[in-house]
Amino acid sequence: MIDIRDLRVRFGQGADAVTAVDGVTLSVREGESFGLVGESGSGKSTVLRAVSGLNDEWTGRIAIAGTEQGPKRQKSFYKLCQMVFQDPYGSLHPRHTVDRILAEPIAIHGLGDANGRIDRVLRDVGLGPAFRFRYPHQLSGGQRQRVAIARALVLEPRLLLLDEPTSALDVSVQAEILNLLRRLRAEHGLTLVLVTHNLAVVANLCDRLAVMNRGRLVEEMTVEELRRGAARQPYTLQLLRASQGYDRATAEGFRDYA
Amino acid sequence: MTDQKTADDTPLLDVSNLRVAFPTRNGVTEAVRGVSFTLGREKLGIVGESGSGKSMTGRSILRLVPSPGRVTADRLAFNGEDLLAASPRRMRDIRGRRIAMVMQDPKYSLNPVMTVGRQIAEAYRVHSKAGAAEAKRRALEMLAAVHIRDPERVYDRYPHEVSGGMGQRIMIAMMLIPDPDLLIADEPTSALDVTVQMQVLAILDDLCSQRGMGMIFVSHDLNLVASFCDRILIMYAGRVVESCRASELHAAQHPYTRGLLASLPRIDEPPGDLPVLSRDPAWLEA
Repeated sequence: MIDIRDLRVRFGQGADAVTAVDGVTLSVREGESFGLVGESGSGKSTVLRAVSGLNDEWTGRIAIAGTEQGPKRQKSFYKLCQMVFQDPYGSLHPRHTVDRILAEPIAIHGLGDANGRIDRVLRDVGLGPAFRFRYPHQLSGGQRQRVAIARALVLEPRLLLLDEPTSALDVSVQAEILNLLRRLRAEHGLTLVLVTHNLAVVANLCDRLAVMNRGRLVEEMTVEELRRGAARQPYTLQLLRASQGYDRATAEGFRDYA
Repeated sequence: MTDQKTADDTPLLDVSNLRVAFPTRNGVTEAVRGVSFTLGREKLGIVGESGSGKSMTGRSILRLVPSPGRVTADRLAFNGEDLLAASPRRMRDIRGRRIAMVMQDPKYSLNPVMTVGRQIAEAYRVHSKAGAAEAKRRALEMLAAVHIRDPERVYDRYPHEVSGGMGQRIMIAMMLIPDPDLLIADEPTSALDVTVQMQVLAILDDLCSQRGMGMIFVSHDLNLVASFCDRILIMYAGRVVESCRASELHAAQHPYTRGLLASLPRIDEPPGDLPVLSRDPAWLEA
């Protein structure tokens, strides 16, 4: 579904230039749920933004569903691939109703039957028609994230890119959103790419993951290997230890991996 | 209730029936509804979801609840002194010097147009009679104490020139330089990466035990609090629904606590639907 070869992204010019993504190669199969894990500044979100077409300053090769992609994307690309962002408080237009938020992508793509589509997608994400004419400020954080997911799903894409979709939510709401994503993936045969810093979320939702650090891909592994703690790279092992709660002695041993 | 008491058996902090109320157009909303606890020289975790009143509990101890919020309590005593009766002048003396607070994001807590070193030195000079040279020496010592490798260099940096983890260490240095007896840390590591988070917690842990400081650690992260603190209060809708030793959190009794623990995804568990918390209206009164 996704095939990335030697992806490089640089920001800034001359002496201030920063290489955010430094030669990343990875592929995601159709129907797979893939986790991209790393700390802040590792380049995980930048990879996702290059795949989604939000960032056009990259070199390398990106192919989505067998089609080679340039920096600018066609409208048909967004019918295939949609994205959900971290902060549902920031990603929904505050003065548009849920109905208008969901009607816009339908109008852009000229799909027709907006009424039926909006109704179906709202039921699909567990909100129901009662939420259709509300404004974002009338919704809780979890409900807003459901609207953001509905906006992505209303075009019936095959590939869903998720950038920290549960990080801004309480744990009880996070559980609901993870369950929703799992169900939607099964029902629609979606391919998911999930960017997160939370290994437990990846273990819950993904089949396979890649660990990134400072723009490079450190290691690829299956979630089964993650669960067994069978990481090969010291950076991944450190990340795993740090995810298991505070321990004075463990914290002592942490170091920077360049 | 506490295991460790101060020498004369007065708890460091004694809170009884603490309430924080905000008048609104539709009547009074209570953010904190009768919280009671005592704190010795220990690390007390306050855990809850957004809106549970955990941050307001921390803030009300320093009387930092914004207007029009009203703080009332049957007792709010720090080392035996009634904080609610203290004059604004006395509160200014207590804030920083006796009770310090570290907030979530160093980006918003540090003055962006002042070098970090001067900010730390200022925190020291406000509460002592020390001269500029003495304050700088202490500030450099403090930067070293929070494991900053090259204090001289960092002293002359501006906040935007340091990373998030270093910014939070600078905040901790600034808060601890007047040598307070109690530190209130409100999500001090939530904006940090996991490995940096662990390093910052190790610094807090060491400073607490070396100085015999009490600490209130406010967080939404159950596992973190369970592994870091000595004792935990679990808050829901402005009340403490359960209190337990941190090591015994896994054996928590209250259905809310159990529901929260169950809803956390775990690395060592196979993928599958997570139990979803269904909220019982009775918890509001429990």
